[in-house]
Amino acid sequence: MGDRLRRTMMFVPGNNPGMVKDAYIYKCDSIMFDLEDSVLLSEKDAARYLVYNSLRAIDYGDKELVVRINNPRTECGIMDIKAMVASKIDVIRLPKTENVDDVLICEKEIEKAEIEFEIEQGSTKMMAAIESAEGVLNARDIAKASKRLIAIALGAEDYVTDLKTTRYADGVELMFARSMLLHAARSAKIDALDTVYSNLNDEEGFRNEVLLIKKLGFDGKSIINPRQIEPIVEIFTPSRKEIDKALEIMDAIEEAKIKKSGVVSLNGKMIDMPIVLRAQRTIQLAKAARVL
Amino acid sequence: MINNDIKNLPKFGKLDVEHPLFTNERVYKDIKSCKEREEFESKVLFSIEDAIEKSQLKSGMTISFHHHFRDGDFVLNKVMEVIAKKGIKDLTLAASSLLSVHSPLIEHVKNGVITRIETSGLRGELAEAVSKGLLDIPVVFRSHGGRAYAIKNGDIKIDVAFLGAPSCDSFGNANGYSRDHDNGIICGSLGYAKTDAQYASCVIVLTDNLVPFPNVPAGIFQSDVDYVVKVDAIGDPNGIMSGATRFTKNPKELLIAETTAEVIEQSGVFKDGFSFQMGSGGASLATARFLREKMLKKNIKADFVLGGITGVIVKLHEEGLIKKILDVQSFDLEAAKSLKNNRFHQQMSAYYYASPNNPGTAVNQLDVVILSALEVDVDYNVNVLTGSDGSIRGAIGGHQDTAAGASVSIIVCPLTRGRIASVVDKVNTIVTPGKTVDIVVTDQGVAINPLRTDLIERFKNSNINLTTIENLRDKAMSLVGRGKSIEYTDKVVGIVTYRDGSVIDLIYQVKDQDEDD
Repeated sequence: MGDRLRRTMMFVPGNNPGMVKDAYIYKCDSIMFDLEDSVLLSEKDAARYLVYNSLRAIDYGDKELVVRINNPRTECGIMDIKAMVASKIDVIRLPKTENVDDVLICEKEIEKAEIEFEIEQGSTKMMAAIESAEGVLNARDIAKASKRLIAIALGAEDYVTDLKTTRYADGVELMFARSMLLHAARSAKIDALDTVYSNLNDEEGFRNEVLLIKKLGFDGKSIINPRQIEPIVEIFTPSRKEIDKALEIMDAIEEAKIKKSGVVSLNGKMIDMPIVLRAQRTIQLAKAARVL
Repeated sequence: MINNDIKNLPKFGKLDVEHPLFTNERVYKDIKSCKEREEFESKVLFSIEDAIEKSQLKSGMTISFHHHFRDGDFVLNKVMEVIAKKGIKDLTLAASSLLSVHSPLIEHVKNGVITRIETSGLRGELAEAVSKGLLDIPVVFRSHGGRAYAIKNGDIKIDVAFLGAPSCDSFGNANGYSRDHDNGIICGSLGYAKTDAQYASCVIVLTDNLVPFPNVPAGIFQSDVDYVVKVDAIGDPNGIMSGATRFTKNPKELLIAETTAEVIEQSGVFKDGFSFQMGSGGASLATARFLREKMLKKNIKADFVLGGITGVIVKLHEEGLIKKILDVQSFDLEAAKSLKNNRFHQQMSAYYYASPNNPGTAVNQLDVVILSALEVDVDYNVNVLTGSDGSIRGAIGGHQDTAAGASVSIIVCPLTRGRIASVVDKVNTIVTPGKTVDIVVTDQGVAINPLRTDLIERFKNSNINLTTIENLRDKAMSLVGRGKSIEYTDKVVGIVTYRDGSVIDLIYQVKDQDEDD
């Protein structure tokens, strides 16, 4: 379990000043400024400049700040990394990650930039977006490729094209990728984030997909509009019953500590480690949703 | 037959017993049928020229129009064309509001046909021209309530009112829809026109739709109407009415709306039987959606909603969440149709709606009003009239009236619009005085007027993101910086009046940027 929630990671096009300047007003957990696919080639410099200056000038509060860079094997990607490290971004999101090398190349550029701008070594975190069959199959190695990695994410649009299929409402085409990513992430003890849902007007379809990924075990989802925040928060927020149960468990642990008892039990049943971890996560989610 | 000998009754005085009906004179009773009278003895005229002739309109007089046809209006331009042709000059135009469609007025001003304008607002090319000094005499801006009051007390003396109506019978009963069929023009309430009809010396109704007597219910009554002109067209339906007003999808407006609904819920007025008004702007309309959820959840119903009405309000009424609607202006087709079909959706005049001199005035009965703003300043003054470039581009509407009347007045606006701050040190133009503004809701926090210590106390322990108006200003400045101040000449182009007719601000001519080159 990570130390911060990533239920909602909101895309903000890096070349849109109106959206960049006050993206913090929405209740998402992370803001992800995009320098990659939502920015035209001719706008790349302008977007990088805008995001760099915004990060230095604007107080984004306690949001986790992420930036999706261009391919770090290109001049543009290297410039992105330099500028973002210099502006002390929290996380650099690597797009279209296919293998361990992709991660290592990006990591190397981050290291260089941290030295150049005298930023604490290792403070810039990374996440890898996996968007191809090759990437999915290498997910386990990718997830363990760098200590900087805090999460891996699925990018479904490119992935389904690679698979020679398209997106379907039931998500059956993503079953393998989602399961693979989730296992890779858990095996590496990092977060797993689901792909975007692009039909903004299909609220029911969106909710169904969120329910599905919550059942699977994902930590959260990339989103493209603030309107998608609330349904996710709602679905990820534990029920009153779940919260009460979790609180009881935490109380039982406290009690056991006081009694210096090695075995924790509640209502005659033993509480083992998984139950404690689930209870902790329940309380974290409840607090984040301000229901506790 | 009365006793003809008694011509004086003790303690009563003289009696008039000389009526011809009781003498030997021959008296003719009018035995024509209604249909015959409609044809031969009605108020109907078939040309605008004829009506103007009969109204005895002369140079120097005051004429009025309503803006219920919005940007689809044909009436004002048609009538002005005829007036100009007749050589009448030096008129005062006292319209309820003027929009982009009325840009031909520019020529009429240039040619001396119109020398003064009074209105609630100006938009489009006319607004630009006025801002640049089109008229020698400043335009007088009045709120809807202020205008109605000025008409009643004689500050505005309307000589001839030209009132377009989607239906009218031969004797002048006019309405904003037709009971006889569902085709044709529909504008819903004739609220602003009702006051003109009541007080103008001569009232001319223009309609494309003559219906049989009696046209009931009516927005304007025959007792107030002198002539009815049958014309081919009064407006373009597409410009008059959009379909249903849609809920905004703008996330920032939704965020503001959600916060506003929270604020209302906790303001102390959110009780069964409460009343409210909301504008047609994105955030204020969207508030209805969030308020609806809270009303359902807490089983709270509103006794009435009033003002400019949209389909959003109609839906709440039809759902049983609002008992009655008082409609001064129907903003969309849903609202107009509801006025026609729903028994407890009624039209009211501008005077009934917002006049400042009557305790019964509808706005005084409001518990809460939600209003938008172009700018708010640290003294809570609001500007809805002039843009960030100093030129006129809006309307006072009912802003002043409802802010003053409602127990809780809430201003909703984004903290910044693009590169322009909405919370500033000093508004360009004071339209609604800060003392009548209670709460400002932005996307980045809520500020309560320090005068409302009761509200501040109430919100102290709430989960609302409370801040001060100064903090909001600072935040806005830190995001977009301070704009270059606008350069004006010393010519006054607009006088902003308060509801009672007193002057609260002046609008100066914007310096032409080209002059610097």
